[in-house]
Amino acid sequence: MDLTSASINFSIIYPEISLLIAAALILVSVFHKSANRIAPYIALIGIVVSIAMIFKQWGHQESGFFGMITCDSFGVTFKLIFDVTALLSLLIAHRYMISKGINRPEFYALLLISTMGMMVMANTTDLIVIFLGLEIMSVPLYVMAGFAKRSLWSSEAGIKYFIMGAFASSFLLMGIAFIYGASSTTDLRRIVADFHFIMSNSPAYMLTGMALILVGFGFKIGAVPFHSWVPDVYEGAPTPVTAFFSVGPKAAGIAALLRIFIFGFANVMMLSTVFWVLAVLTMSVGNILALKQNNIKRLLAYSSIAHAGYILVALTVGGNDAISAAIFYLVAYIMFNLGAFAVVTLMETRSGCKSDFSELVGLAKVHPYLAAVLTLFMFALAGFPPTAGFFGKFYIFSAAIKSGYIWLAVIGMLNSFLSVYYYLRVVKTSYFDSSDKSFIPVKYSLSIIIVLVITVIGTLGIGLFPQQFLNWSQSALFAFL
Amino acid sequence: MNLDAVIFIISAIVAVLGASMMIFQRNPVMAVLSFMVSLLAQAVLYIQLDALFLGAVLIIVYAGAVLVLFLFVIMLLNLRTTKELGPSSSLMRHLGKYFLSFLLIMEFVFIIKSSFFKGASLVGVMNMKPEGFGTVTSVATLLFTKYLYPFELTSILILVAIVGAVVMARKDKNIDRPTENKLGKN
Repeated sequence: MDLTSASINFSIIYPEISLLIAAALILVSVFHKSANRIAPYIALIGIVVSIAMIFKQWGHQESGFFGMITCDSFGVTFKLIFDVTALLSLLIAHRYMISKGINRPEFYALLLISTMGMMVMANTTDLIVIFLGLEIMSVPLYVMAGFAKRSLWSSEAGIKYFIMGAFASSFLLMGIAFIYGASSTTDLRRIVADFHFIMSNSPAYMLTGMALILVGFGFKIGAVPFHSWVPDVYEGAPTPVTAFFSVGPKAAGIAALLRIFIFGFANVMMLSTVFWVLAVLTMSVGNILALKQNNIKRLLAYSSIAHAGYILVALTVGGNDAISAAIFYLVAYIMFNLGAFAVVTLMETRSGCKSDFSELVGLAKVHPYLAAVLTLFMFALAGFPPTAGFFGKFYIFSAAIKSGYIWLAVIGMLNSFLSVYYYLRVVKTSYFDSSDKSFIPVKYSLSIIIVLVITVIGTLGIGLFPQQFLNWSQSALFAFL
Repeated sequence: MNLDAVIFIISAIVAVLGASMMIFQRNPVMAVLSFMVSLLAQAVLYIQLDALFLGAVLIIVYAGAVLVLFLFVIMLLNLRTTKELGPSSSLMRHLGKYFLSFLLIMEFVFIIKSSFFKGASLVGVMNMKPEGFGTVTSVATLLFTKYLYPFELTSILILVAIVGAVVMARKDKNIDRPTENKLGKN
């Protein structure tokens, strides 16, 4: 195994390339009349091919492009996570985009390129490439947030996300510049190798750089002092885009945080304190603000902040148990969160609906199965047993207790008790409330049904066989850093 | 104090002044011109670090092309008057902001002061200059070998930015059917 291989080694970026080719084909097909109809299928094929390529890479540990790419189990696992997210979001999006009259081929190209950016971010140890991956991920997201141009809310979401995101990126870049100034390299492996020398030589540069990088990623994952954009952007963006937002960039940010702070700068004592404060703030503020929401998308926005907090608990604890628990939780969260968003999207394809709580009234009478599925996802989000959500939280908090972070685990558990209130409110509204307005039935589409089936199987499957799944997520731990 | 230090201090001050002028100017044309001043001063800094090619590129690409584009856009949008930007802010109303920014700047000054002379690695980098540093050849060699991957990624980034700009800027035509999604309804 040659870690500093100077060869180009194209084969390790086949998944990225297949996404890129699909995106390029879509962008070329824009000039064709029936592009609107072909584009989703091209995107679908691109993602499926990309997933196939990922399975071919499984278990290989390679590096290429003069050490700029490291293709390890960790990176490949995250590649798969991003592809699954993109696939589910694509299936959620298709019918919604048509019903809102914004089904344009560019959307699918942007989705693919954004996913590619996430892959780039998770598969490198070089800070410059991480930054470029982050930008390739973010720029399409800004456009996707404002994609429904006729909606003021969507435009507001787009511009807000753009300004905040650009701000966060500049923090990140400044942080990378500081670290480069201290260590004269951007390769994390070389920084880690000389860590003690660099740290004793210019501690202020290193610490400032780390703080700025943390701020940059804190914005992207919606951690609490940097969360102000989350509710507005989540509410304003088209719902399938929100679904993609709530998991994709979050997973990519977590991947980069793990790579930089847990595998890389693990020896800095102060970091765990910083992460402790971030985790506690993120969990608590997210959950408390979610209590008062009357819009499901806003509620899910605050709940996604809270879930980022649970994952930050795992990052605070560090160590193999906690990191595999974080990856476990991330995958479980993708399943039930995308499922919940699929239901919300389905409700919103009815005309004139903007996912207020009142629109849920009567759901159980008209669509008992859909109501049951929604209930399952809410239970999973709240963390009830036989669902994936329970075991995710269980592994994270038990890892915290094992490493002596008793208070952190206690605060986390109190928070998940708090969250039960607002998740069950959704269930209560759809089952027990009544109003004079009759419930407008929803129209199922094949793609949404596929998504619901996959996410239900995922949520229950992970919950019923947690040990096998934990073993899988532990196999992702082997990283170059 | 030698000549290098004098040139550095002058151009550094001009660069920072230009950048802050750019932020505080209420006239967009003046803001762009201040940005240009800042860029020219930065080019001097690059050249002082022996990065001749980068300095030239900064002037040609940024000052020459990008900022001229900015000026064109501003002229086309007819943004000459500053009244449309709202009343100018009074100092008192924003005292809190200024205070916090002042604190932040002081923190940075403190950090830089506390470590500037300790940070031997910065000086080390400059002394370890390889042969032919800053020439077109050496930049190109790095760009097409070690930094090939980031270089290609940058092209994707620019492509997607162009696509995004076109998507946001173009008029809504080619829509499948009349939208239900009027203003203010989401």
